[in-house]
Amino acid sequence: MTLVYPKESMIVHPAHLSPEYRSTVKRSPKKPLIIVKHTMSELTGPVYGNEAVNAGDEDLTKQHKGEPIGERIIVHGRVLDEDMRPVPNTLVELWQANACGRYIHVVDQHPAPLDPNFTGAGRATTDKDGYYRFVTIKPGAYPWGNHPNAWRPAHIHFSLFGHSFLSRLVTQMYFPGDPLFPYDPIFNAVKDANARARMICSFDLEHTIPDWALCYKFDFVLRGRNATPMEH
Amino acid sequence: MSGITPSQTVGPYFAYGLTPTKRYDWSDAFSNNLITPDAVGEKIRVEGIVRDGDGAVIPDAMIEIWQADGQGRYITPVAGEAKPNTAFRGFGRCGTDQDGYYSFDTVKPGAVAGPDGKMQAPHIVVCYFSRGLLTHLFTRIYFSDEASNATDPTLAQVPEERRFTLIAKKDNRPGVYTFNIRPQGDDDETVFFDI
Ligand SMILES: [Fe+3]
Repeated sequence: MTLVYPKESMIVHPAHLSPEYRSTVKRSPKKPLIIVKHTMSELTGPVYGNEAVNAGDEDLTKQHKGEPIGERIIVHGRVLDEDMRPVPNTLVELWQANACGRYIHVVDQHPAPLDPNFTGAGRATTDKDGYYRFVTIKPGAYPWGNHPNAWRPAHIHFSLFGHSFLSRLVTQMYFPGDPLFPYDPIFNAVKDANARARMICSFDLEHTIPDWALCYKFDFVLRGRNATPMEH
Repeated sequence: MSGITPSQTVGPYFAYGLTPTKRYDWSDAFSNNLITPDAVGEKIRVEGIVRDGDGAVIPDAMIEIWQADGQGRYITPVAGEAKPNTAFRGFGRCGTDQDGYYSFDTVKPGAVAGPDGKMQAPHIVVCYFSRGLLTHLFTRIYFSDEASNATDPTLAQVPEERRFTLIAKKDNRPGVYTFNIRPQGDDDETVFFDI
């Protein structure tokens, strides 16, 4: 497969300096990035598939003795490139807060309970059609110190590799209709409304499993497109 | 609907999912030791401290590296290139600790060809993430004891007075190189690439 990595698509990413998100002020470059040509070093990349995943890593509700507390959900969808072609056998990593909005990370000390039956980390690989699927618990919103009364909308963190080092993506998936959207500087650091909408999953009644779990659908679109336009 | 999925920060809590390193109840998919028993080439350690614009250490950054093996071969070559003959994967991940410190044990990469067929100086490509960074940054690690740095086509595009930020310094300890990362700084801000 020959892919090219157009730069235009990168415009959707948030600016490094986004002062409403306070931590960017001292942690983002002040000097302009330097434009260089892509070489083999960038056009290749780590390809990790099934060997990086253990059986059960994609079901976060079965990693402990008991079931975690909260709303059980399925999150599924496809990983695609810019030409909407599936990205097969690629690793998808996930981490999130529990139903109360608390992470097991030692730095998270906000006064909400930890769930002994929930770690909040998962991994899956896409199949030949670029399809992935997780079973987890809907994460809660949580407070943070960015500004007075700051709360993050409920979200799940995702990390993806794709075809090369240039398709690497770390992002957050949000849930439809969250009342916290207008107030969140991380979500709103993405300036284009259509691009923000691409970070929100959609409720998927068709794949909801009766008496067991609600389902949400979320597709990822990674950098990279066909070097030669497809002919019809 | 078209367009790629926007980037968001890795946030402060990625460690238990992405770099648990036995501190958390989760398995590691990756580590900061890339050396396989059959890896060819000089064994090296690249280490450094990550500091912010005030000089404060960043204890919640994540660094990923991608490199060729000691013979200049990537495990996932582009069409027409030779594949490696060892189990060396060329990818590593490390979170910074309380002191902003990270390290990788690996082999020194061999030279790989550049876009015009001219050889590039040996280098490692780097993807840098942290809390407070909404879109990850790309940089490169070169080595202070490589004469070919002088003719490297990528380094040549970097203003001379900033090139030192891309060059890991050979330490007195054998095989150890220091590569500090400064996502923001005055004279020593790391060069990042728009690729
Ligand atoms: Fe979060």
